[in-house]
Amino acid sequence: MRKVVLIALVLLTGLLFSARLFYLQVYDASPDSLSENSAIKVMYDYPQRGYMFDRNGKLLVSNQPSYDVMVIPRDVKPLDTLEFCGLLKITKEEFKEILQKARTYSPRLPSVVLPQLNKADYASLSEKMYKYEGFYIQRRSLREYQVDHSANVMGYIAEVNNAIIEKNPYYQMGELIGTAGVEKEYEEVLRGIKGVKYIQKDRFNRDIGPYKEGIFDTLPQRGNDVQLTIDATLQKYGEELMIHKRGGIVAIEPDTGEILALITAPSYDPSLLVGRERSKNFTKLWYDTIGKPLYDRVLMGEYPPGSPFKTLIALIGLQENAVTTEDAFPCYRGFRYGNRTLGCHSHPSPLSMIGGIANSCNAYFCNVYKRIIDKYPTPQDGIDAWRNDLMSFGLGDFLGYDLPSGKKGNIPTSDYYNKVHKFPEHRWSSLATISNAIGQGEVLLTPMQMANFTAAIANRGYYYTPHIIKNIIGPDTIPKKFTEKHFTAVDEENFYPVVEGMHQVYQRGTAASIQVPGIEICGKTGTAENFTKIGGKRVQLTDHSIFVAFAPMDNPKIAIAVFVENGYWGSRWAGRIAGLMIEKYLKGEITRTDMEKYVLEGSLEAEYAKPYSGQPFSINH
Amino acid sequence: MAASKTYVRFDWLMIFIYIALVFMGWINIYSASLSDAAKGFFDFDQIYGKQMIWIGLSIVIIIFVLAIESKFYERFASVIYIISLVSLVGLFIFGKTIAGSTSWYDFGGVSIQPSEFVKATTALALAKYVSDIQTNMKDLKNQIGALIILALPAILIILQPDPGSALIYAAFVFPLYREGLHGVYLLLALFAVMLFVSTLAFGAVWVAIGVVILAGVLFFRNRKKRPNILKYVLIVIGCIAFAFSVSYIFNNVFKQHHRDRFNIVLGKEVDARGIGYNTNQSEIAISNGGWLGKGWTQGTQTKGNFVPEQHTDYIFSTVGEEWGFLGSMIVVLLFVALITRIIFKAEKQKSQFGRVYGYSVAAILFLHFFVNIGMVTGIFPTVGIPLPFFSYGGSALWGFTILLFIFVKLDGANYHYA
Repeated sequence: MRKVVLIALVLLTGLLFSARLFYLQVYDASPDSLSENSAIKVMYDYPQRGYMFDRNGKLLVSNQPSYDVMVIPRDVKPLDTLEFCGLLKITKEEFKEILQKARTYSPRLPSVVLPQLNKADYASLSEKMYKYEGFYIQRRSLREYQVDHSANVMGYIAEVNNAIIEKNPYYQMGELIGTAGVEKEYEEVLRGIKGVKYIQKDRFNRDIGPYKEGIFDTLPQRGNDVQLTIDATLQKYGEELMIHKRGGIVAIEPDTGEILALITAPSYDPSLLVGRERSKNFTKLWYDTIGKPLYDRVLMGEYPPGSPFKTLIALIGLQENAVTTEDAFPCYRGFRYGNRTLGCHSHPSPLSMIGGIANSCNAYFCNVYKRIIDKYPTPQDGIDAWRNDLMSFGLGDFLGYDLPSGKKGNIPTSDYYNKVHKFPEHRWSSLATISNAIGQGEVLLTPMQMANFTAAIANRGYYYTPHIIKNIIGPDTIPKKFTEKHFTAVDEENFYPVVEGMHQVYQRGTAASIQVPGIEICGKTGTAENFTKIGGKRVQLTDHSIFVAFAPMDNPKIAIAVFVENGYWGSRWAGRIAGLMIEKYLKGEITRTDMEKYVLEGSLEAEYAKPYSGQPFSINH
Repeated sequence: MAASKTYVRFDWLMIFIYIALVFMGWINIYSASLSDAAKGFFDFDQIYGKQMIWIGLSIVIIIFVLAIESKFYERFASVIYIISLVSLVGLFIFGKTIAGSTSWYDFGGVSIQPSEFVKATTALALAKYVSDIQTNMKDLKNQIGALIILALPAILIILQPDPGSALIYAAFVFPLYREGLHGVYLLLALFAVMLFVSTLAFGAVWVAIGVVILAGVLFFRNRKKRPNILKYVLIVIGCIAFAFSVSYIFNNVFKQHHRDRFNIVLGKEVDARGIGYNTNQSEIAISNGGWLGKGWTQGTQTKGNFVPEQHTDYIFSTVGEEWGFLGSMIVVLLFVALITRIIFKAEKQKSQFGRVYGYSVAAILFLHFFVNIGMVTGIFPTVGIPLPFFSYGGSALWGFTILLFIFVKLDGANYHYA
């Protein structure tokens, strides 16, 4: 016993140390990765974000340097808080809150204390930074906008949030990411790849040189520039035309599907979302729940298309052999079914297809629609066939364009009507869905979808998926899906009478007032009823003013959809704006200055104020 | 005799392990103390360069220690012991104070720490006392005699104050136990340590309550054997008195940095930037090593000097970071092998003097090994004592070298061939 006690203790100690070392070094070797090692500082070198150009090579957005004050909470030493807060121009309470937040996020990883200092603030602060251990200044590159338009197209960049960081380990707290528009859609193209430097620190947090002579370091790679399909001149002009109106304009080049202009109104100056005022401005835009400047109406707004939809009814009528161009239908100041009438305005009667389109006769299209549906043994089959034809124009689903927001719109299915009418206990007929004939009822389209089907008509039967990217400079490519033709379900020859009808609209029909000398436009007006809820009651508002058009009639260069909320009849606002846009794009100058003056000086603000006034109001005047 | 030659057979295994440990120690000191100012391996301005000088002088010391007739150590043990005590007393007059402890003589820039040598001299004195034909360790008078031999240097060292180094004198309980000291003393020492630790962890009042409850339960269970109630009461009072005096000493005699060192290990302090910093950084460095380590001079924590005192007391953390589990295990196994070899050899000694001395060497090395690596790996309180043969420092290296090689000499003397 006396001989073994010490030996036993020595051996036990050996075992104990082996177990402890195994635990520390093999089993629980947690601080393993370089970024978690307290002796290694990870420094990022942020590349320049890619520029954006318009289709003609005009610079839209470039970069400016910006400086963020960062903190690594673990490294913070007691400091003269009052002096530091004075330099940062924040209160002590704000400072404490920021620091607490940073600590909660991670004691080891950098968090932003104060974003986006300008050069003057940076200069005065950088001299004193050495006093504040744990804090440092990170240089980043911020956007510098060369134009005051296209905010909805370009989108914006914003600091990443925790959800993004969790999903995508590339991003660190305080880094910027495209959050809307092209910035979001082409984030990986534009951002480039950040460079990483690993720096060996000593225990006083001083740099003592690159870790392992920098063999793990990487160089930043600059982001690629992109050329957009936007025509800056047209875009700017469109935004000016839309001042004091709500709605939007989409212009597409039918030959390619390139988006020439994408205007939503009201909009904002993109520069508002850069710099230290950013969050203040953003909050202001975000909480404007009436004008909704951050809401892209042409991509997100789902509206009843109204009369422009009739062109599609005519095309499907011909394709389904439900009607010929010669078939004429009488109009009794409307379309009578059962004991009800779907009203119409006064025009010659009866009308065949071209006249029907030119005069936008509701009765004519109700008849055609009824024939389409009733051609099939059941209304269910009829609706589904009609719907399939419409979907070939890119309706009722996402179009697949390269902007990160959008809506499907709505083309109702037979299931939908079965449900509404409680089929099979109750049967329903084509007449139950007759509003579809004139683009009211359940049919909803985004202005983008309207422009796209107009482009398909301009091409007489096909379209390219609309897109905003003209070229990724460097690889000089665009995604392949934007170079593939999508054919509609309607044959080419069926387009000619409809195109002729749309030409008649412009020559002597509902849009005769917007004629531009020397340009043969094909168009279709729309006046769509719409409703809102005030105090829980359904209240009708002034009709939406809608116009779709393409020009020139032969070899079209532009297809356009204009949507003006509560603008009353189609040619009043939308038609004029479309005419001006087409002339601007094709001629580069405006001859219809009377029309331009009307639009530029006109305002619908009074109209928009009505539902919020709390007073009774009248509409459509 | 004149014609006869004396052959001495030294135990080459011990010498080999010694060389291996000293060499590996220097390799790690080099890495831990490497700086930009270094001008190659032989830069004697650098810490590793100085350690090279200390190692060189160790060889001189070894030759000297082995050359002396082995009987000399037994015969002059008392004299050597008294001279070494005088060197400790002398510190209070001529000593140099470093980091609050007056433990050093300054010889023109070279500091010598006598307490590193007194371990060996005390071992000699104890071996001589215990091996005396009249000494019997079962006899209370002799027990007190041995205690005085140990207590004199220990108290002088505590007064410096250097409680870490004084702690090492507890190691001598092992050779005494081996020579017949009652096992109760070993258990008593263990029980005292437990009382001591729980007093610091929970407070004297709770310990007193616990002791009373424990005694009550034991008394109740043994009531059929008619236990002596007076004995129980005395033991309980003794324990409570011990707990309160520990509490008093801790709060009133200890300095703040001593209190801190205990609080860390007891989990009372978790502030990684405060006093737990050393242990925490040391653990991080060791964890970084993984299976095979980061390679020589490649440790990030080592390079960044994150572990304070890394070339002295915390040298093992460099081994952990740069040589990994594999390297750490080699060091641990070398120590285990060396100590068990010494014990094995001690048992084979012909003289009781040799055996007691051998056991003392083993026990001292063991306690250093246990406390130091325990501290560096975070399972024992922070007590500033070096890792034998490994840590930087001339006094420590020479002290351990003399300690070990006197035993190598004594052991070798058993194999005299005439």
